[in-house]
Amino acid sequence: MSQLTHRAPPLLKPLSAALSASRHLTSASTAPITVETSLPFTGHKIEPPSRSVETTPQELLTFFRDMALMRRMEIAADSLYKAKLIRGFCHLYDGQEAVSVGMEAAITRKDCIITAYRDHCLFLSRGGTLLESFAELMGRKDGCSKGKGGSMHFYKKSGGFYGGHGIVGAQVPLGCGLAFAQKYNKDETVTFAMYGDGAANQGQLFEALNMAALWDLPAILVCENNHYGMGTAEWRAAKSPAYYKRGDYVPGLKVDGMDVLAVKQACKFAKEHALKNGPIILEMDTYRYHGHSMSDPGSTYRTRDEISGVRQERDPIERIRKLILSHDIATEKELKETEKEVRKEVDEAIAKAKESPLPDSSELFTNIYVKGLGVESFGADRRELRAVLP
Amino acid sequence: MEEMERDPRVCVMGEDVGHYGGSYKVTKDLAKIFGDLRVLDTPIAENSFTGMAVGAAMTGLRPVVEGMNMGFLLLAFNQISDNCGMLHYTSGGQFTIPTVIRGPGGVGRQLGAEHSQRLESYFQSIPGIQMVACSTPYNAKGLMKAAIRSENPVVLFEHVLLYNLKERIPDEEYVLSLEEAEMVRPGEHVTILTYSRMRYHVMQAAKTLVNKGYDPEVIDIRSLKPFDLYTIGNSVKKTHRVLIVEECMRTGGIGASLTAAINENFHDYLDAPIVCLSSQDVPTPYAGTLEEWTVVQPPQIVTAVEQLCQ
Repeated sequence: MSQLTHRAPPLLKPLSAALSASRHLTSASTAPITVETSLPFTGHKIEPPSRSVETTPQELLTFFRDMALMRRMEIAADSLYKAKLIRGFCHLYDGQEAVSVGMEAAITRKDCIITAYRDHCLFLSRGGTLLESFAELMGRKDGCSKGKGGSMHFYKKSGGFYGGHGIVGAQVPLGCGLAFAQKYNKDETVTFAMYGDGAANQGQLFEALNMAALWDLPAILVCENNHYGMGTAEWRAAKSPAYYKRGDYVPGLKVDGMDVLAVKQACKFAKEHALKNGPIILEMDTYRYHGHSMSDPGSTYRTRDEISGVRQERDPIERIRKLILSHDIATEKELKETEKEVRKEVDEAIAKAKESPLPDSSELFTNIYVKGLGVESFGADRRELRAVLP
Repeated sequence: MEEMERDPRVCVMGEDVGHYGGSYKVTKDLAKIFGDLRVLDTPIAENSFTGMAVGAAMTGLRPVVEGMNMGFLLLAFNQISDNCGMLHYTSGGQFTIPTVIRGPGGVGRQLGAEHSQRLESYFQSIPGIQMVACSTPYNAKGLMKAAIRSENPVVLFEHVLLYNLKERIPDEEYVLSLEEAEMVRPGEHVTILTYSRMRYHVMQAAKTLVNKGYDPEVIDIRSLKPFDLYTIGNSVKKTHRVLIVEECMRTGGIGASLTAAINENFHDYLDAPIVCLSSQDVPTPYAGTLEEWTVVQPPQIVTAVEQLCQ
């Protein structure tokens, strides 16, 4: 994760020093290579960007490592859930890692990202640590939200990651609000408001899009189309599943979401567009291997053949692996080493997170209000057994 | 307006707040001074512009959201409840949401059922928000300033009939406390707790009561969440009788919560059960006489006090 740690504030270091891992990362060259994306982009009311993406061997290796880390984290979360250490809802992102990694490669930490509940990997890419992530999932004090948020409420203010929202579609108006603030403050940054194919049918999305277009807000709406809104296939929920076209007067771009380089190219293009011309919709054609959440086996509404077919032909990590091998950037053995290190990193983080204590009972009442004006604020009935809201 | 000058992060959002000046002229001329981005005319999309306000607040701006009528904010309930109220908690304190959500509500002017709603009861259970109700020009200004300066989301309830009140207010800057109740008329015999427009009905009834020899203590509770049980408690300890007069619905309204809170905390000080006069649990009718019967009228208050003081 060396490229990410460059941009992360000094407080956040990856759990393992990753020294040995990065030997071939740091020594890898930064000589540019040009790669063609797997599929051309399709545009709606806009000229799509070119298929040729500039990248470097170092960047490709970083992509590989980051995606492997995310994949490993999600699979570990799966086992933790089955071991009943993670409770409630747990929505896993494996299969969709390319969207998160590609987006991060195109932007800065000052740009904002907001998403729904499938947020673990986006949290990582925005500078969250594995420890904060696992501790939050297990409801421990060291979690990013002090254990009070849970799987669906990961936030990282310093990294520009605004969550982590449970109600489908509610994050899109929030995202437009972030873009509004960016325009208000003249920041020259953009907001990526992410949602899924299920949320694409929410009214508030179109309300927010109207306002963003009306005021030229730098908002980029990203539809992570994994083709299933929980158990409902996209063709059963939407009259027009061409989500990139549904902005109508807002331009859109359809991107192969399993191709990291395509995602990076699209996000870079979208950022430039949004800063000049206002909102744009990106539809990422992606896929999730797990079911909607841990309580969903994921096979009642789609066939196992479909899942394994995508895994064989479109898996984002495999694609990068092939690219790295074909350009002789690293050997098969080195990549396997990276995967082993990543696995170790995740295991260490889990062990550390398991040691983290559960939150204190006084935490029940903290962070409900922020104290202001120097006035003491008590609970509605001021009884002794209620804590003084700090 | 003072707040907008003082802090560049304060902005206003709502339908027709800008060029039109606000449906009750609350934001008149603000757009001319501060521009269209700071006084934002939104399309009719309550859910999403409230969401936008919350998103903007997460980055540090301090939006004031106007619901053209409080009833319209029901469309934004998800945003107010989940995102406004709960984000500070679920993010472990990382984000504060310093929004003010305000708007006229209440019964009067024969606006019909959907435009005359009393929504305090719906919002009161949301954890994380503060609710205040203003009743005079003096406390409207003070509470509004306090609400804008507060780091917490505040829902400020105004009343349709009170916009035309005129009152001399101090030239100096003043900010009121959001959690404090106002002692309107000290007295000895009975504590009457009220807020918003009902304060005026109570004061009218108080005149009659004084003539009949009673000495009511009238408190405008102002802070609907949390209740100022300090002021209320002191009053109960003095008079031992409580009458609550409110415009909210009877079922699950502010009066119901207040009755429970006083009973739990001050039961030993009460000489009689708490009487709560609320408006009827009906949609507000259009016809003038029916509308009057929906809310509590001064004669009813006088009768209630007489019965309570026996």
